[in-house]
Amino acid sequence: MKRVYVNEAWCLGCHLCEYNCAFANSGLDDMVLALKGRPIYPRIHVEEADKITYAVSCRHCEDPICVKSCIAGALSKEDGVIRIDQEKCVGCFTCVLVCPYGALAPNKDGVMQKCELCLQNTCGEPACVKGCPNKAIVYEERGEAL
Amino acid sequence: MGVEFIYPEFEVIRNEARCITCRVCERQCANEVHSFSEARGMMISDESKCVNCQRCVSLCPTRALKIVKSDCVLRENANWQNDTIREIYKQASSGGVLLSSMGNPKPLPVYWDKILINASQVTNPPIDPLREPMETRVYLGKKPEKIQRTADGNLNCDLPPQIELSMPVMFSAMSYGSISYNAHASLARAASTLGILYNTGEGGLHEDFYRYGSHTIVQVASGRFGVHEDYLEAGAAIEIKMGQGAKPGIGGHLPGAKIVGDVSRTRMIPEGTDAISPAPHHDIYSIEDLRQLVYSLKEATAYQKPVIVKVAAVHNIAAIASGIARSGADIIAIDGFRGGTGAAPTRIRDNVGIPIELALAAVDQRLRDEGIRNNISLVVGGSIRCASDVVKAIALGADACYIATAAVLALGCHLCRTCHTGKCNWGIATQQPDLVKRLNPDIGSERLINLMTAWRHEIMELMGGMGINSIEALRGNRLMLRGVGLNEKELEILGISHAGE
Repeated sequence: MKRVYVNEAWCLGCHLCEYNCAFANSGLDDMVLALKGRPIYPRIHVEEADKITYAVSCRHCEDPICVKSCIAGALSKEDGVIRIDQEKCVGCFTCVLVCPYGALAPNKDGVMQKCELCLQNTCGEPACVKGCPNKAIVYEERGEAL
Repeated sequence: MGVEFIYPEFEVIRNEARCITCRVCERQCANEVHSFSEARGMMISDESKCVNCQRCVSLCPTRALKIVKSDCVLRENANWQNDTIREIYKQASSGGVLLSSMGNPKPLPVYWDKILINASQVTNPPIDPLREPMETRVYLGKKPEKIQRTADGNLNCDLPPQIELSMPVMFSAMSYGSISYNAHASLARAASTLGILYNTGEGGLHEDFYRYGSHTIVQVASGRFGVHEDYLEAGAAIEIKMGQGAKPGIGGHLPGAKIVGDVSRTRMIPEGTDAISPAPHHDIYSIEDLRQLVYSLKEATAYQKPVIVKVAAVHNIAAIASGIARSGADIIAIDGFRGGTGAAPTRIRDNVGIPIELALAAVDQRLRDEGIRNNISLVVGGSIRCASDVVKAIALGADACYIATAAVLALGCHLCRTCHTGKCNWGIATQQPDLVKRLNPDIGSERLINLMTAWRHEIMELMGGMGINSIEALRGNRLMLRGVGLNEKELEILGISHAGE
């Protein structure tokens, strides 16, 4: 399946992916209205250390440990995409503990959220990929099992 | 402060209503103009460090930024202009030679803009390049004087070595060191895909790029940095650099700070040492000396590769070119006074050399008059900005053009003209790893290919309009050109008639 991949060699650490993600999932069509003057809750995070930077988001694992661990049945796999039903999430943080990539995090209301490849919003394609100025983030089929 | 204070040249205008304090501007500015003030809860800027490279403007997701020229200026004076006075202040403060980058920005005449191209009407039909074949392929190198046959009557096809180009444009010399690894990777990959050549400049050829050798011109300049047998063998042609349009008569100086890691290894000099290219080649003081180097290089490469001699356009260019044509060189490259550079003394860049249009016309005419035009191909550079400049250059007598400023613009350069600081925010003129990675060669090479493809289409459109279907038929065809607003002398040198004639 097509996944979001990050090539560390081209990641600038500009953090634009985080802002594009937060905007795409805001439900608003005005970035300023969506993001100005408030903390953002992106579903992709830029990891930084010693001048190395790269963005990390959900890997959509073949055998997702988060789905197995969810005590409320909120996480599920649909056509290879790991999705979360926020109505069911009880905020127990088990998924946060088990995910080796740190791909799950609570939103502003304490409910878990994660990258769903922008399939659930109006962006059409992953906003982080679309907005990456150096093509460090790509959305492609690599035919590998994760 | 006080007498040394110079008001910043640019102002950073931030639309507070739009700024979402994402800090992209702060992270992307190597000059450290932007910062986030926790106390004020907003982005602030120190515009004294701004070079107007527009990196922040281009990456701001809400278009909250613009950079404008400061309107805090000294009292108007047509003689003592603001820039002149600022330069005096700078020198009074530093005691140093002023440095500049990229081409001459002064409002000197651009003859391309005073030359117009012909088109066919009624009596000779134009050609539609979308429907009919149109040839933009050129071959550079010595051409035979006449058709020769072997004893059994067959054509003698043994030609001196030629370079084949899919279109009459090449990427001119920019060294690895002056520009980044990723800029070189972009140029090499684009040249290979396009079927044209790029030029190493005087910095050697990085080991990773030997595989693009068949689309590489390897340069031998006065410092002889990075020159060895494999290097000479790697290229499709060898260029002897005698001069550069941006700084005729002087050498080069890549500061030790840029001689790091692979740059040091590729140049074959120790890390941290300044790479100083002397003004002259210390073994060349005459055409005869030049001939020795030309033949040394030919001998070293078994006479399989054309040798280019690159010179800056200077006053006696026609006589110099005539000498080069007799030196055994296959191609002469002439660089006009508007050519770019990674660093040059300002006074030299802005005041030395002559326009390429006049140099080209004078050289082509001189070589024709002396009956030696076939001995040598003619490549011109020094601010070829667009497809119509290429067409005009070909019609004035060039075989091909060299472009570099246009190429780096395609790579993202915003012509802020501060390459000499080594902090290029676009990842081109820098060796700082965090900045170099900003230029992804996947994007860079694609943009270069796009640019050249677009130019090739435009060249074909312009040729078709003239009723010409082969670039060979356009070369030196000055009847296809007319001047506007030029005086008699200028028209005489350019060898063209005035519009209306």
